[in-house]
Amino acid sequence: MHIIDRRRNPQGKSLSNRQRFLRRAKRQVTEAVRQASGERRIRDVADGERIVIPTDGLREPRFHHDGETGHQDGVVPGNKTFQEGDRIPRPDGGSGKSGREGSADGDGTDAFGFVLTREEFLDIFLEDLELPDLMKKSVSRSENTTPERSGFATSGSPTNINLLRTMRNSLSRRIALRRPSTDELEALRAEIAELERSAPDSRRLDELRIRLGLLERRTREIPYLDPMDIRFNRFEAVPKPITQAVMVCMMDVSGSMSESMKDLAKRFFMLLYLFIQRRYRHVEIVFIRHTHKAEEVDEDTFFYSRETGGTVVSTALVEMRKVIAERFPVSDWNIYAAQASDGDNLTADGPEVAAILARDILPITQYFAYVEVSGGVGELLKTDSNLWRTYAPFSATHRNFAARRVADRADIYPVFRDLFTPEKHSV
Amino acid sequence: MSDAAITTGDPGLLFSEHDWSYDAVQRTYDAIEEIALKELGLDVYPNQIEVITAEQMLDAYASIGMPLMYNHWSFGKHFAYNELLYRKGARGLAYEIVINSNPCISYVMEDNSMAMQALVIAHAAFGHNHFFKNNNLFRQWTDAEAILDYMQFAKSYIARCEERHGARAVERVLDAAHALMDHGVNRYQRKRRVSPKSREQRARDRLRYEEESYNDLWQRTVPVDARPEHDDGREPAPRVADLVPLPEENILYYLEKMAPRLEPWKREILRIVRQLAQYFYPQKQTKVMNEGCATYVHYRIMNRLHEKGLLSDGGVLEFLHSHSSVIFQPDFDDKRYSGINPYALGFEMMTDIQRICERPTDEDREWFPEIAGNGDAMGTLRDAWANYRDESFVLQFLSPAVMRRFKMFRLSAEADDPEYLVEAIHNERGYQKIRKALARRYDVALQDPNIQVIAADLDGDRVLVLRHEAIAGRLLDREDATAVLQHVADLWGYPVALEEVDAASHDLLREHDRVEPRP
Repeated sequence: MHIIDRRRNPQGKSLSNRQRFLRRAKRQVTEAVRQASGERRIRDVADGERIVIPTDGLREPRFHHDGETGHQDGVVPGNKTFQEGDRIPRPDGGSGKSGREGSADGDGTDAFGFVLTREEFLDIFLEDLELPDLMKKSVSRSENTTPERSGFATSGSPTNINLLRTMRNSLSRRIALRRPSTDELEALRAEIAELERSAPDSRRLDELRIRLGLLERRTREIPYLDPMDIRFNRFEAVPKPITQAVMVCMMDVSGSMSESMKDLAKRFFMLLYLFIQRRYRHVEIVFIRHTHKAEEVDEDTFFYSRETGGTVVSTALVEMRKVIAERFPVSDWNIYAAQASDGDNLTADGPEVAAILARDILPITQYFAYVEVSGGVGELLKTDSNLWRTYAPFSATHRNFAARRVADRADIYPVFRDLFTPEKHSV
Repeated sequence: MSDAAITTGDPGLLFSEHDWSYDAVQRTYDAIEEIALKELGLDVYPNQIEVITAEQMLDAYASIGMPLMYNHWSFGKHFAYNELLYRKGARGLAYEIVINSNPCISYVMEDNSMAMQALVIAHAAFGHNHFFKNNNLFRQWTDAEAILDYMQFAKSYIARCEERHGARAVERVLDAAHALMDHGVNRYQRKRRVSPKSREQRARDRLRYEEESYNDLWQRTVPVDARPEHDDGREPAPRVADLVPLPEENILYYLEKMAPRLEPWKREILRIVRQLAQYFYPQKQTKVMNEGCATYVHYRIMNRLHEKGLLSDGGVLEFLHSHSSVIFQPDFDDKRYSGINPYALGFEMMTDIQRICERPTDEDREWFPEIAGNGDAMGTLRDAWANYRDESFVLQFLSPAVMRRFKMFRLSAEADDPEYLVEAIHNERGYQKIRKALARRYDVALQDPNIQVIAADLDGDRVLVLRHEAIAGRLLDREDATAVLQHVADLWGYPVALEEVDAASHDLLREHDRVEPRP
């Protein structure tokens, strides 16, 4: 008998089957992910989770008997009271009884549930938002790195030569191989010159000449700097120091925001969260909702509870200023703000909003993103909303401000284009 | 077995730790082997035991238990499904998977305790192994020597096809072939036909013989006639349509050989799936016997180990715990009921055979005059394991005692009856009826729809006609049938029709819409 330990065999043998399966079920999975992300908390958006998809296109049909036709005949265990000739009512549909061959593996059912990994979920989520490939890559990449000195190497580019190390090596090699120093040679030459003048044919002079010849040969054969002496500075890619960030979500919850608008807003917040999370290990989220007054709430209240009232945007900004002043000192936190609204605002509030934004908010935020959600294309044709008119000038004057109108999921991404174009903003 | 190797705990025990180790597994294997071969008289392939992780076990599940398998999305689907159940804790994993190959490979889970490993070795490496090696069906239909090599070939062949023809195209063929897998099985040995290759070889041999024995005298003196049959050494080619005589119940085989426009690589894929179906066909027919045999063997062996003082009381309790959950049979009105548990029925019947052989009652003498009290339980069982399948085994050996223990009763109903009729219960008048009905439930030929190719007008419009011979009015599920017909049409390349007739009277019961191949 042989016992073979297979535990170390390459894992993930079924990975290619899984990819084939996901490709096959793409339409259903995308739909399910869309639905799932609608129900999720923003913070959990990227966690792998169980999703349920309908089985159309995934069925594996076989010829089999229809359980509802023909004569049924079967043997069942566990008789307690029945006598020959008794009649017992059939359970619904006549299936699930002895007459039916169990189709295993959940095929018979209409829905099929399984678990997506974080990467798979994210891929599909981002694809659904029609993110360009480049951006998808940078979102799913976990961390940025920066090169950092770490010791020395024997190879590298000439610009990285470490002179000190190199010369030290050279010196010790020269000493070890007893390469004559310049001083030594000079002294010898001086003595020879001296002797040539004073005692041109002494034996001492011949000796010294032979010695000089030897030393000069030695000097030629042992180089001053040998390739083996050279050392380079070595760099290693280390993750960037990660700081913390706070993301302030603001949303107008007055009656004019419909459910689909809120859903769009939620996706926008989710995407922003993903982007920010990529850069900072620790991300806090603050939810501020407002009507004519603003308050900080938890996520469920933020998305699902309704409030009636007018619309005064400046109250939200004031609330944000307050929260930041109390809990998130600018020196320790990177501040991101995201606002979603249908654009309604009290006309008289416009100047106030502009003032707070310019004076208090924009100078301390990394980025302020405003999305104006609308129910459909028709709405876009209307004239600019109150809030849009207030915000529009900032787009030109402030690089850390973006305002976009969003009518469809695919419109969400462009809001982030400026924000996350590499090299434009420093973290 | 070497007693010297035992180092810890009670000197008599094979192992006392909870966790398994290679040494302990080896010692235990040797002890079990001695019991299995000498006392039970089992006959097994050489064993190979492979330790795997939970993930690898899920892998094995997904690829229907084969260590090597080609890639297909459906395996990914099954993996995802099983993984979900496993993660939720809704389903534990099997303790082992065993492969009918020579050497016989048993996969055991790394997190089994040592007592479980002993159970698994007894169950798989000896129980199943003996069954694979000796059962008539397996001997006749599967080739334990070659299966792993064949799967290796299949895997690389399909991977090559994907490279050359695209994964999508291969997937379509495999989808279609899988849909027909149940109908890709030869139920009877086919008449050996001379293959074109060997026919050619024969012609070449004949030619060579003529050249070698060339004699000028014969050539000149014997009058030469037209020699039509000798025309370049070939016999007249048979008509294409006669290559596979109709009706043919192996639909995959028919398509592989006869589909007019199928590319060669697709034929080879059909062949691979067909071979696989054939390999698994005996397992389908012997679920009760196979599991019963393994369960009976592990039960005997584990108890014997305990008797010999090799297994501790704790080990026995652990074994009994999993043994009793394996052979648990919920009643029909229990939430957990999902048909008769093959482990339970097989184990119960086999222990009952042992009882009949050793301590028969009068009833047994009346029902089983040949074996009652013959005193050779193992011989009787070995004979049953070798020569029966589920259907015949139940028909032959299901005793009244077992029927009483399971409290079996027989139900029947017509399609539109609102009620079941209790036809028989476990009493004197019912035993025979129950036994017959239960045997029929295990008759694969009755459970799988009987579908045959009956016509394919190759010289005309090339419509392929399938016929389902419905038994007792049981028709095909229409939706699935249409989906499968679509696959058949795609392979065949021309329209496909399906009719359902009554098996006895041949009256037409239903005709399905003709399905055209997709472009």
